[in-house]
Amino acid sequence: MVMNTLKQQIDALAAGTTTSVALVSECLKQIAAHNSQLNALITVDADKALAVAAAADAARAAGDTRAMLGVPLIHKDIFCHEGWKTSCGSKMLDNFIAPYSSQVAENCDAAGFVVVGRANMDEFAMGSANENSFYGPVKNPWNTKAVPGGSSGGSAAAVAAGFAAVATGTDTGGSIRQPAAFCGITGIKPTYGIVSRFGMVAFASSLDQGGPMAKTAEDCALMLNVMAGFDERDSTSLEHAKEDYTRDLNAPLAGLKIGLPREYFAEGLDAEVAAAIKAAVEQYKALGATIVDISLPNTKLAIPSYYVIAPAEASSNLSRFDGVRYGHRTAKTGNLDDMYEQTRSEGFGAEVKRRIMTGAYVLSHGYYDAYYIQAQKIRRLIANDFQAAFEQCDVIMGPVTPTTAWNIGEKNADPIAVYLEDIYTLGVNLAGLPGMSVPVGFASNGHPIGLQIIGNYFAEAKMLGVAHQYQQVTDWHSRAPQL
Amino acid sequence: MSLSQDDVRRIARLARIAVSDDEVQESQSQLNQLFALIEEMRAVNTDGIEPMAHAQDVMLRLREDVATAPNRRDAFQAVAPSVENGLYLVPKVIE
Repeated sequence: MVMNTLKQQIDALAAGTTTSVALVSECLKQIAAHNSQLNALITVDADKALAVAAAADAARAAGDTRAMLGVPLIHKDIFCHEGWKTSCGSKMLDNFIAPYSSQVAENCDAAGFVVVGRANMDEFAMGSANENSFYGPVKNPWNTKAVPGGSSGGSAAAVAAGFAAVATGTDTGGSIRQPAAFCGITGIKPTYGIVSRFGMVAFASSLDQGGPMAKTAEDCALMLNVMAGFDERDSTSLEHAKEDYTRDLNAPLAGLKIGLPREYFAEGLDAEVAAAIKAAVEQYKALGATIVDISLPNTKLAIPSYYVIAPAEASSNLSRFDGVRYGHRTAKTGNLDDMYEQTRSEGFGAEVKRRIMTGAYVLSHGYYDAYYIQAQKIRRLIANDFQAAFEQCDVIMGPVTPTTAWNIGEKNADPIAVYLEDIYTLGVNLAGLPGMSVPVGFASNGHPIGLQIIGNYFAEAKMLGVAHQYQQVTDWHSRAPQL
Repeated sequence: MSLSQDDVRRIARLARIAVSDDEVQESQSQLNQLFALIEEMRAVNTDGIEPMAHAQDVMLRLREDVATAPNRRDAFQAVAPSVENGLYLVPKVIE
C-alpha cells in the first residue's frame, strides 16, 4: 500500500528515506492490482511516470528542494495536460491529446509532482454517481457494487484505494464533496475564482471550480497551495493575494461558532447520516466550539435554480464540440448541419444530451426570462441566505448528502432522484462559497459518511484548520478499504 | 407545463443533436420530470431581486494591446479531424 498521506511522502522525500521512483512504483503496483476492479483511472502511463520520477530524484540529488518534487499525483481527466489524453469522460474527446496544459496542470508540474494517471469521471462532469462515463462506471472501493459519487468519483476512488495520496477534482454542484463523502476521503471546493479554470474543460462556467482531494485536511491545504493562484488567462480568476492555506491548521477551536441550518436536517435525511453528523458536531463541542441554530430558507430552491443555470451554461460551452477543430467527427456523409448533428449525437452520452437540450430550451426565445433570469434571481436569494447566516456563525456544518452511496444502476431510470441527492451541495456553488467534505463515520452497510463544512468567501484556511483539528482527535480519515 | 414530442424535436434541433423517435420519447418523459421540478422555482416572487449572473462580481480585465500567445497553429491543427493547407475542412457549404 502506498504511503498514506501527502505530508508523509513530502517528509520522507525530504529526509531521504524514500525516493520518487519508489513512491511512483508503489502507486503503479497498487493501480495494476486494483484498477481493473475499480475502473478509477482512464489513462496510466507507467513509463512516463517512472521517467519523470527518476528525473525528480536526480534533481533532488542536485539540490532542488521543492517540497512536492517527485510526489505522485492523479489528475481528473478534465484538466488539459500537454501530451496526455484529456477525454473528460466522453467519446467526444476519446481521441484528444491535449496540445497545451491547464493552469492547474502547469502549477502541479512547476511544483514537481509526478502524474501517474488520469482519473475517470462523469462525462463532461455531469453526474452525481460516476455512472455517466464513456469508459464505464467507477466502483466504490468500500463496496464495489456501489457508486463512488460523481463527477470526481475516479479521483475519490483512486485516493481511497491508495493509487496516489492526492488527486485533482472539480466541483460544479458538489462534484468534489459528494464523491469525497461517498469514498471516505477529504476534499475541498474553494471559493469560486481562486483556482484557475484555464484549460479545465468547461461545464458551467459560473459554477465550476477545481480543488484538491486527499485523505486529510492537511494534505488538501498543501495541495491547495499549489493549485490556487491568480491567472490572467482566466477572465474569472480573482486577483486575490497568494495565501498559505496551512496557516490555520493548528488554530484552536475554542469560541468557534458553528451554524447548523435546520433545513439540512429535515425530511429526506437518512437517519444514520444524521446520527454521524450529530456525533461529529458533538465532537466539535468537546473541542470548544459553540452551536448556533440557523436557517437557509431557500435551500430547496437550489435544485431548480441549479438545473436551469448549469444546463444553460453547458449548452453554450458544449457548442464548441462540433467535429470541426478537435474531438470526434461522424463518419456519415452529409451537409454541414448533418455533420454537426450526427457528430454531437454520436459523441455525447444521454445525460449530456439531456442537459444540453434543457439548456437550449431555457435560453430559447420566450422562455429566457421565465426560466434563466428567474433562476438567477433565486441564486441571489440563496447567496443572501448564506451571508445572513455568516453574521451569526463562523462556519456552517451539515451533511454532504442525504444518503450514503447507492448501488450502481439503482437510480438509472430516475435521473431526477439523482439530482435530488445534491440538495445540500448546490447552494454553495450558486453562491460561489468554499465547501468541504470530511469523513465522520460509516453507515451500517459499511459506506462512508461525510460532514460538510461551509465557509464564507476566502475562508479556506479557517475551514481546513477546523477539519484538521477534528482529524487530530478522530481516525475516520485514516481508515482504508479492504480491496 | 408539459413538452410535446414536437417540442423535444425542436429543442434537439436547436441543440444540434440528432434524436431518433425512441430517444424523443425518452427525452420527453425525462425533460417533463425535470421541468416539473423547475416549476417550483417559477412560483417564487422575485420582484425587485437583482439577478446573480456570476458567483463573484468580476469584470473583464484590460491588458496591453499586444500579442501574448505564440502561434501554435500546427500543434492545434494536429488534433483536428480534417485539415488541409492549414485550413479546417468541413462538408461543402456553398455549391
